[in-house]
Amino acid sequence: MKYIDEYRDPARVRAAAESIRRRVTRPWTIMEVCGGQTHTIVKTGLQDLLPPEVTLVHGPGCPVCVTPVELIDKAVAIALHSGVIFTSFGDMLRVPGSSKSLFDAKADGADVRIVYSPLDALKLARNNPDREVVFFAVGFETTAPANAMVVWQAEREGLTNFSVLVAHVLVPPALEAVLNSPDCRVNGFIAAGHVCTVMGWREYEPIAKKYGVPIVVTGFEPVDLLEGIDMLIAQLESGRAEVGNQYRRAVRRDGNRPAQERIAEVFEISDRAWRGIGEIPASGLRLRERYRAWDAGTKFAVDVHGVRESEECIAGMVLQGLKRPAECPAFGTRCTPETPLGAPMVSSEGACAAYYLYGKRVQTDVPAASSEQ
Amino acid sequence: MLLAHGGGGRMTNRLIEELFLPEFSNTVLDTRHDGAVVAAGGAKLAFTTDGFVVRPLVFPGGNIGDLAVNGTVNDLAMCGARPMYLSSALILEEGFAMATLQRIVESMRIAADRAQILLVTGDTKVVDKGKGDGVFVTTSGIGIIEHPLEITPAAVRPGDAVIVSGDLGRHGIAVLCVREGLEFESPVESDTAPLWDPVRALIEGGIHVHCLRDLTRGGLSSALNEIAASAQVGVRVREADIPVSDAVRAACEVLGLDPYYVANEGRFAAFVPRDEAERALDIMRGFEVCRGAAIAGSVTESPAGVVVLESAIGGNRVLDMLSGEQLPRIC
Repeated sequence: MKYIDEYRDPARVRAAAESIRRRVTRPWTIMEVCGGQTHTIVKTGLQDLLPPEVTLVHGPGCPVCVTPVELIDKAVAIALHSGVIFTSFGDMLRVPGSSKSLFDAKADGADVRIVYSPLDALKLARNNPDREVVFFAVGFETTAPANAMVVWQAEREGLTNFSVLVAHVLVPPALEAVLNSPDCRVNGFIAAGHVCTVMGWREYEPIAKKYGVPIVVTGFEPVDLLEGIDMLIAQLESGRAEVGNQYRRAVRRDGNRPAQERIAEVFEISDRAWRGIGEIPASGLRLRERYRAWDAGTKFAVDVHGVRESEECIAGMVLQGLKRPAECPAFGTRCTPETPLGAPMVSSEGACAAYYLYGKRVQTDVPAASSEQ
Repeated sequence: MLLAHGGGGRMTNRLIEELFLPEFSNTVLDTRHDGAVVAAGGAKLAFTTDGFVVRPLVFPGGNIGDLAVNGTVNDLAMCGARPMYLSSALILEEGFAMATLQRIVESMRIAADRAQILLVTGDTKVVDKGKGDGVFVTTSGIGIIEHPLEITPAAVRPGDAVIVSGDLGRHGIAVLCVREGLEFESPVESDTAPLWDPVRALIEGGIHVHCLRDLTRGGLSSALNEIAASAQVGVRVREADIPVSDAVRAACEVLGLDPYYVANEGRFAAFVPRDEAERALDIMRGFEVCRGAAIAGSVTESPAGVVVLESAIGGNRVLDMLSGEQLPRIC
């Protein structure tokens, strides 16, 4: 399969890993920002191929995980409104709110539907004029253009039975939050390739300079990740801190200008609370004044009270790379995908889900390939 | 009750272990095989039942009718039993189109003829409009075991080879694509098909088959995990040797799904002694439905109850049982 197989090619993987081994002389801690990258790393056992000097820590790039519990509660309350068709990407459905997830709301009779694109939600609104269709607009900059597009389109069509519950977050402020943490031990960042497909990497240049950390825009396949790590190690070993681009097949410095324009037309930057991490200034998006009529948050007067977060969940620490999932006492016991305490255990980009699903929890029991026969 | 309770993964297993087994526990049920193997008047019979609630009712490669017949035929085949008799109950929704019913019933007849199983009894119920989803089909089947082999998870031994009978994920992806209105350049067709012929050939070919399991709900992962758990062995499979077609792989990449968890309706895993594996593979490949068969891995002594997947790049990970349903992801 083109664009996949060549980036999973064992020979190229070995070559990239070998290059890292040759280059590295000291310990370095590298954070992969995106949860999709975390999943590739854990799923393919990439860490096993790295020299002991290189430590990977997992970053905050799981939009589902950082959506505040209040907003989940709000989504559940809106979904339970009579006449509402609540649409969402699949990831969001299992995320626990204070007492319910959207899946629980569905079992309680709410009309909750999985869509693959916000445009599908818009189509539902057109086809069901007597129903209110709400779309849970979650994501980083990657999903923002399409989510902006539907609101823009709804406004043009005068589609008043459609609205979006916005939970958008931005990567650069999150990187700064990680770097500003007193416990931060990150030496370099693997930046999320898909986010940069939209945004380019200009906005990372001041961060690399200010904090003296190299940042390499990287793809999602094993070869991509190893090449990205190799590029970071090359910079770190020679004392440089620049923005590099491994994901050349998809990303340019300026990103996708029309997509950025659509985002800016519909959304404006706002302060945002991140689940488990707290308020980060200028780290989210909200609808501009002109589009507020399509904001489900104001359209539905739902009162969310008794917001409750698991006291035991250390998602915030995991999302900042300060703790590993297995360091949580609840991991795999009181917190599993069926009984999650926090979102990272159920999101397909969550670090805890990756460790649970792909079994790092039993790694010590898993025999190495060579010792079997 | 959540949808995931019917997903064939961990939630389904928990429901079985915590609710059904405590109520009904007996030596036959407790083997937890695809069908029950029972003795009756000197004969060894296999007996199985299944409910079908697929939406859409008609999908590329089949419909709920042939799916229901093949599903039960295959559960019998996985017990090493020759399918003989079939029953079926239809629960129809008021207002359901007679022409669609006609088509479904015709497919059932063609599938039954193909599998040489005789539909000998049935039942029909109609529920109010809105209280069903067009049609639900249940089938039960009886087969006869005409050989001395004990084909059961308990017969699986360390060293056994694990053969996967063909490329994975077709049925689940075919249904998903129609259900969600997703269109791909190369349409994926369901693999629904009867599996008794290759199984019979393995047995008649003198292969000492230890265990068979069809790879339906929950896919390869659930099947291997169930067997690893009940046989208290480890299973080790190599990603590079598990057949998945490019079309299914591409669809899974786009949708964020893992083909090892996607349902199949015409695929099975065979556990056979290592030194008979090549011959078993040759026998299976003689059948159209098993043309893509491959030796995908082997049984290990430890870690007991765990399935390990060797990734194409040489890393190891656990191939766990599905938790809940597979959900498409954000980006």
